Amino acid sequence: MLITGICGRLGKQLARVLHRDRRVVGVDRRSFPDKPKDISHAQVDIRRKKLKDVFRAGDIGAVVHLGVMHDPRASAADHHSWNVAGFTKLLEYVSQFRVPKLVVLSSSNVYGPQPSNPQFMTEDAPLLGGQNFSDIRDLVEVDILAQSFFWKLPETETVILRPVHILGSVHNAPSNFLRLNPVLTVMGFDPMAQVVHQSDIVRAIERALLPGMRGIFNIAGPEPVPLSRYIKILGRQRLSLPYSLARVIMKRMWTLRLTTFPVPELDHIRYVCMVDDRRAREVLGFAPAVSLEETVLSVDEGRW
Amino acid sequence: MASVPPYALRALARLDSAARGAPALLGWLFGSAEKAVDDALEKLLGETFEKRLSRVPLALGRSGVDPFGLDPQWTKYVVLMAATLHRKYFRTQVHGIEKVPPGRILLVANHSGQVPIDGAMIAAAMLMDAEPPRFVRAMLEKWAVSLPFVSLFFTRVGQVVGVPENATRLLEQGEALLVFPEGARGIAKTFDNRYKLAEFGLGFMRLAMETDTPIVPVAVVGGEEQYISVANVEGLARLLRMPVFPIIPQLFVPGGQLPLPTKYRLWFGEPMRFSGDPDDDDSVIEDKVWLVKQTIQSMLNRGLKERKHIFW
Repeated sequence: MLITGICGRLGKQLARVLHRDRRVVGVDRRSFPDKPKDISHAQVDIRRKKLKDVFRAGDIGAVVHLGVMHDPRASAADHHSWNVAGFTKLLEYVSQFRVPKLVVLSSSNVYGPQPSNPQFMTEDAPLLGGQNFSDIRDLVEVDILAQSFFWKLPETETVILRPVHILGSVHNAPSNFLRLNPVLTVMGFDPMAQVVHQSDIVRAIERALLPGMRGIFNIAGPEPVPLSRYIKILGRQRLSLPYSLARVIMKRMWTLRLTTFPVPELDHIRYVCMVDDRRAREVLGFAPAVSLEETVLSVDEGRW
Repeated sequence: MASVPPYALRALARLDSAARGAPALLGWLFGSAEKAVDDALEKLLGETFEKRLSRVPLALGRSGVDPFGLDPQWTKYVVLMAATLHRKYFRTQVHGIEKVPPGRILLVANHSGQVPIDGAMIAAAMLMDAEPPRFVRAMLEKWAVSLPFVSLFFTRVGQVVGVPENATRLLEQGEALLVFPEGARGIAKTFDNRYKLAEFGLGFMRLAMETDTPIVPVAVVGGEEQYISVANVEGLARLLRMPVFPIIPQLFVPGGQLPLPTKYRLWFGEPMRFSGDPDDDDSVIEDKVWLVKQTIQSMLNRGLKERKHIFW
């Protein structure tokens, strides 16, 4: 089993769960200092030819692609070459070496927060995430590339997971956002939002690895509640600003490199971007195990 | 993680929270105002709001909010306003509400009166006069959702964005959904067209067939006379990108900005069930829609005949 992006916090967690009953090979640019002994790690860039050696070395039964770069500070060109070109390479090897399973961790952000969104979007909702937030177009493209793989290589079971905001010790935008104190909100808006705990994502990937599973699945955690409720659970203070003011301040802070949140992220705290996870519950047999409170409070666990 | 100067932000937040609710006086004022609201509601409902609420079938999660963001605690003030209009101002007479079946329903009504008070009256009747009481859900224009406060307020009192997926999901959740198939054409009728149904949209019928939901026809009598529109200036409406530009003379009279205190009469009809393919041709759907439209029109005609006076 091959995991890309194994050195991220989610990758490490997944590796620790999976290595108990199968052989795990990790691929990541970064090093994996405290890795369990039976995991072999190849410190390669997925865009390089060396990736092919990893495939050549042993027969790979499944590829889990977590190695998506989403660093808002990196350039669009970097994003594109890493996420799109790198992923294309990976797909090429998957088809060349006839890997029977491919799991891609996408995100429900590909749907994008919009005022006209239905409250719960199904897997066939259009992917409009890049409409107002062009920096994530490459992530939408990864999702679409993976979708095209269904037709290109039907003998490979491809699974695309689109989880809602993942919370936990991970360093992603939603977790970082809830770590702010005070938490920023937009005056006059308090959208319903869904979150899911990182360990539930690991569980969802485990389900996706079962033979016979294929398709696109929205993954959601506990019941949705308004944004203000999340802040209340954390006991944080709240700073609510009118949208126009918040936008100006964030733009300035962004150019001064004072924040990691680009301005379009503000739409996530204005509009709904929630998913219908019925398919995951029925077909994938996935149900979140971590409660709402535990999920939300987990953002403080990984602080350093 | 960002290196935002935390002291600066925290100071701002403290200011923010101080402005929000620190002065004890304000808290006391709000406290007594809330008690006044509770008392007024209890008088109008004949029981406490909480007691009435406990009988409303709602899909609330553990957090006290439904999946669409409805928070019953928020609705208290809106309910008070609607209930006052319902009982005191328009003195609504409700007929046949016992025919409304439990479970999911589609309330289909005529639209009238320039301002959607008819919707509020139907909702008030469903909460105050129906047993078990129901919270009526309705659909919002998409642009309203992008407005601050407006979107928050309407979401909390149970309105949802007007997209087909939401309607289907609400009905699957067992809610009572109110639709006005006439849309803006209906509400903005000039006085000469009063109680003449405008063209019906077809969406509600497809929705009812798809989700196997009974349609409850509702006739609202009394709405057309609340604001009398004598003309529609089409050119101006086009210019201002409004669906209509009504001329309402009473608005120029002091006090005439309030709707005229007509007596509202709500007639609930027998539930109608339709089966068939929801994706059928328009012509097939139109026949079924025509049936609903005729039912409402004849209910309206009967209601008008039985009405002795507009104001009482």
